[in-house]
Amino acid sequence: MTDILKDIGLSHDLAVFIAKLLGVVVVGTAGLLWTLFGIWLERKVAGRFQDRLGPNRVGPYGLIQSIADAIKIMLKEDIVPEGADRWVFNLAPILSVVAVLLIWAVIPFGAGWVGTDLSVGVLYLIAVGSLGIISVLMAGWSSNNKYTLLGAFRGVAQLVSYEVPMVLALIVPVILSGSMSLQGIVEGQHIMYLFAIPLTALIFLISSMAEIGRAPFDLLEAESELVAGYMTEYSGMKFGMFYVGEFLHAFTVALLTAVLFMGGWRGPGAEDFAPLGLVYLMIKSLIAYFVLMWVRMTVPRVRIDQMLNFNWKFLVPLSLANLLIVAFVWKLIPNTNQIDSFGDAAIPTLALLLVNLAMIAVVGILLREQGRRERARIEAKRAVVAQPVGD
Amino acid sequence: MSLGEWVFVGIFVAIAWIFPAVPIILGKRLGPKRPNPVKQQTYECGIETTGNTWVQFRAQYYIFALVFVLFDVELVFLFPWALAYNQLGLFAFVEMAIFILLLVVALVYAWRKGALEWV
Repeated sequence: MTDILKDIGLSHDLAVFIAKLLGVVVVGTAGLLWTLFGIWLERKVAGRFQDRLGPNRVGPYGLIQSIADAIKIMLKEDIVPEGADRWVFNLAPILSVVAVLLIWAVIPFGAGWVGTDLSVGVLYLIAVGSLGIISVLMAGWSSNNKYTLLGAFRGVAQLVSYEVPMVLALIVPVILSGSMSLQGIVEGQHIMYLFAIPLTALIFLISSMAEIGRAPFDLLEAESELVAGYMTEYSGMKFGMFYVGEFLHAFTVALLTAVLFMGGWRGPGAEDFAPLGLVYLMIKSLIAYFVLMWVRMTVPRVRIDQMLNFNWKFLVPLSLANLLIVAFVWKLIPNTNQIDSFGDAAIPTLALLLVNLAMIAVVGILLREQGRRERARIEAKRAVVAQPVGD
Repeated sequence: MSLGEWVFVGIFVAIAWIFPAVPIILGKRLGPKRPNPVKQQTYECGIETTGNTWVQFRAQYYIFALVFVLFDVELVFLFPWALAYNQLGLFAFVEMAIFILLLVVALVYAWRKGALEWV
């Protein structure tokens, strides 16, 4: 692209700038257009999980439904509550979308197809993803409503807490591939990391589910609780943008899972023919997204104290232990800094897989023991309470 | 770390806010504007709000943020270690294990002191 522009006679810097500008527009637009398709997909799959058809009236198979909804929401009145902090109120939904869109700059979509292959890709994506947390607080605070404020506090507590196990889980692929750039991690996966470090992938998935405020952690907007949580006072397209941001974040998490743990764009023939890499990436991220939807439709909502306990008392120690054990095993295996092919990667992957399975077994046993103890305690209390009255 | 990589990010940051701003502005233009004092009142399930909105918040939220900052700083130190891990010997593992152990002690302390309880 830069060469084409240079041929027209533009100077080198300007050509690079325009090429990058086009890249930005393409990535941004692709992200937002995908949202429309993804929302339709989500509703269809949700419908099937609930033993009903999803939208199927508007257009063939209901495909135009998202567009119809977007038009409808655009035509709604934009109500700003009195006493609300105007600037902050208006900026919050914009920030919520921007925070997620910025992540798309570093995702490798194919061999050589990446917005910019930052050498600190993983750190960048965590940093930028956390901007979304500020938008939650902005929305709750500026609405001049006690309940949105409380909802925003709870939301921020949840989002901030789950950053810790998420980042701890992200460090493991960095160790395995020796590089923080996402393209480097993809290129290091001669065998998918999902087979080598399934426990880490699971921790990443769970903490990301909490990060995006999705069931079972969707207290932020629990429809039966604080009305719509921090978004209560938003109407019209601003609410639409929150919705888009949240949904886009969910898909971005699926995309990241595919890139970090499922080998990204790698697949037979993808190194030579870049669009094939894009196809593989989409397939993998749709699989990850299906898992996200599956969990959302199946698991009931978790209480805030259960959620925070789960994080600090289970996930954080687990992810720390996971990191230490994987690092230890990685050091024991010889020649791990020269993994260049499938063959080289086979033994380390197998070793890590066995260690991970052992860890999962240990965690399972510990959880079962804890569950047994809890149940015994509840039974004991109930036995005391249920004493027959009188003789 | 070459600066050239970040040009894309810079352009992205400058332009990305346009993507959500356009639908919002379109919405403002296309939507009806019938302000009415009842509509603009704060929502509280139909009741009138009483008292100051910006209530004093519980210290518990602050404690969670504090514990998070503690772990976040630890994570920042973990990143360069993770990058260089493949080139270092076993001592790298031992050294990081000691570091993480110190922070685990901090976590256990916070746990026992009740800092992780949601009141």
